[in-house]
Amino acid sequence: MIKCENISKTYQTGETSLTVLKDVCFEIKKGEFVAIIGPSGSGKSTLMHILGALDKPSSGKYFLNNQDVSELSDDELAEIRSQKIGFVFQSFNLLSRATVLRNVIMPLLYGSKVNKGERIERAENSLNAVGLEKERWHHLSNQLSGGQMQRVAIARALVNEPDLILADEPTGNLDSKTGDIVLETFKKLNQEKGHTIILITHERYVADHANKIIEIKDGRIISDKNSNHDGLKIK
Amino acid sequence: MLFSDLLQETYFALSANKSRSVLTTLGIVIGIGSVIAMISIGQGAASDIVANIESLGSNLLVVMPGSRQGAGQMVRGGIGSATTLTLGDSKAIAEQIEYTEEVAPTVSSRKQVKTTKGTNTNTSIYGVTESYARIKSIGVEIGSNINDIQVTKTSKVAVLGPVTRDDLFGEGIDPVGQKIRIENLEFTVIGITAAKGGTGFSSSDDLIYIPISTAQRYLTGSDSVSNINIQVKEEKLMAVAQEQITNLLLARHKIADPLSADFSIMNQADTISAMTSVTNTMTLLLGAIAGISLLVGGIGIMNMMLTTVTERTREIGLRKSLGAKAKDISSQFLGESIALTFIGGTIGIIFGWLASFLITKFGGTTTSVTGFSIMLAFGVSAAIGIIFGYYPARRAAKLNPIDALRYE
Repeated sequence: MIKCENISKTYQTGETSLTVLKDVCFEIKKGEFVAIIGPSGSGKSTLMHILGALDKPSSGKYFLNNQDVSELSDDELAEIRSQKIGFVFQSFNLLSRATVLRNVIMPLLYGSKVNKGERIERAENSLNAVGLEKERWHHLSNQLSGGQMQRVAIARALVNEPDLILADEPTGNLDSKTGDIVLETFKKLNQEKGHTIILITHERYVADHANKIIEIKDGRIISDKNSNHDGLKIK
Repeated sequence: MLFSDLLQETYFALSANKSRSVLTTLGIVIGIGSVIAMISIGQGAASDIVANIESLGSNLLVVMPGSRQGAGQMVRGGIGSATTLTLGDSKAIAEQIEYTEEVAPTVSSRKQVKTTKGTNTNTSIYGVTESYARIKSIGVEIGSNINDIQVTKTSKVAVLGPVTRDDLFGEGIDPVGQKIRIENLEFTVIGITAAKGGTGFSSSDDLIYIPISTAQRYLTGSDSVSNINIQVKEEKLMAVAQEQITNLLLARHKIADPLSADFSIMNQADTISAMTSVTNTMTLLLGAIAGISLLVGGIGIMNMMLTTVTERTREIGLRKSLGAKAKDISSQFLGESIALTFIGGTIGIIFGWLASFLITKFGGTTTSVTGFSIMLAFGVSAAIGIIFGYYPARRAAKLNPIDALRYE
């Protein structure tokens, strides 16, 4: 489903150029739960931006569902994001003055073919999928706890039924207990609903929840293997 | 993005920061309100002046003795001071110019007037014929106007303006039949004219009408008249009639060169167009001053929108990452600025209307709010929303989603 062929990314600042990704190649199949792990500065965020159609590689090709995404215009990239990708951010990025439901519906406002009546239903389904209690749905999002906020963010990522969910350090702003709940949610979505999930993290513990770990360092992939911890850490 | 979604997003965004939205809107309210009010004052003054001039009679030509001279020529007597027009000129105009409807010569002077009770006033005395009241459409409140029999008989009768009546006899009193003294001659009051309004020199309420023959014999002692009012049958014949009268009078006064004419003819249409151009300039001036406050209001909108874009950088990044295109983002911010100016414009029109109503009620100045000024205000406020919202909206749309998401 995802295929990266020799992806490189170089930032040009005046005279100096900085190469953050070098010849990155990997494949991710539909229904996989993959963690991309690496220390800060390893290029994993840049890789996530490319995978999330927020940025384009300097060279190489990126195929999402057999579609070459590396050559599209900004508006075409926006279309890809709205139809095929759901984002979960470290800092949640919810609209604080809006209700939970309105936050979850937001992706459906853009380029979506979902009609107005169906929106609420979709939002409710995804909120149920992340297990957020029904009485919270009409609260303003700034009245929620961190764990609840992140689950709302996951529900938002699910609402347009994307092919791929990209989570960038989703537990980075959470304590370990609520972090576990969020990771559990991802695992459940992967196992029960078959969502393809890519988790970006710098913590081995977090990455161990996935069934495949891609390790990246200094812009290169240093290992790409199925997790041997699968099923051991989570009980 | 659906239009209804856009409206909803706009509503949420503006209500999220109510006091700022209200203050920014206030700038537009004041701007549009003052444009409406100022233009209404200008246009009110214009319609007031036209109405005033037309109330003096319609299709009117006034022949006055003396001449309008250019600079550098020999000094002549001022208009009205010469005594070159006579009753004969007036009769000749009535008989020989076919387009005239009515001809009314007048003799005027200013005299001290007393009553038998000892009250007195200094006012204008007009010697008139019966046709004068018809040309100037003067009605009577009590009694009757001067008629031609009184002119023929040189009767000592007088019709008072309502203000003169108030000065001499007191407000609301019916003085018909009472006596007044002008230059030690006793006149009988036979009527009071209906009030016409107007102030200052143009007031047609503070004066006394007497038969023209009486005025010539007892007050001025000569055959000359102060002016001749001519009502032309149709408006489009005014120029022709003016030309014919000029030629007739030049012939009668045996003057070959029209430039040295000893009379001048005032055309009412010229006066109106001169006054209109004055009031138009005034309207423009007032409108321009109000326009500056509108401009300041517009800059306020732009300032607020720029602040909003900066504050909501992360939100813009988020929306973009969720699939919003550049167009979705720019229409959202443009929508907000247009909504602000639209609301401000609507309230501003109501305020401006209210202001001009209050000006009329308490300031005594006529104002007129026209469809034109409302359309103008609406158009301008919409344009301000677009112009001053465009730059911030474009800035928001051009943000890179990655940088925007990282923005602190």
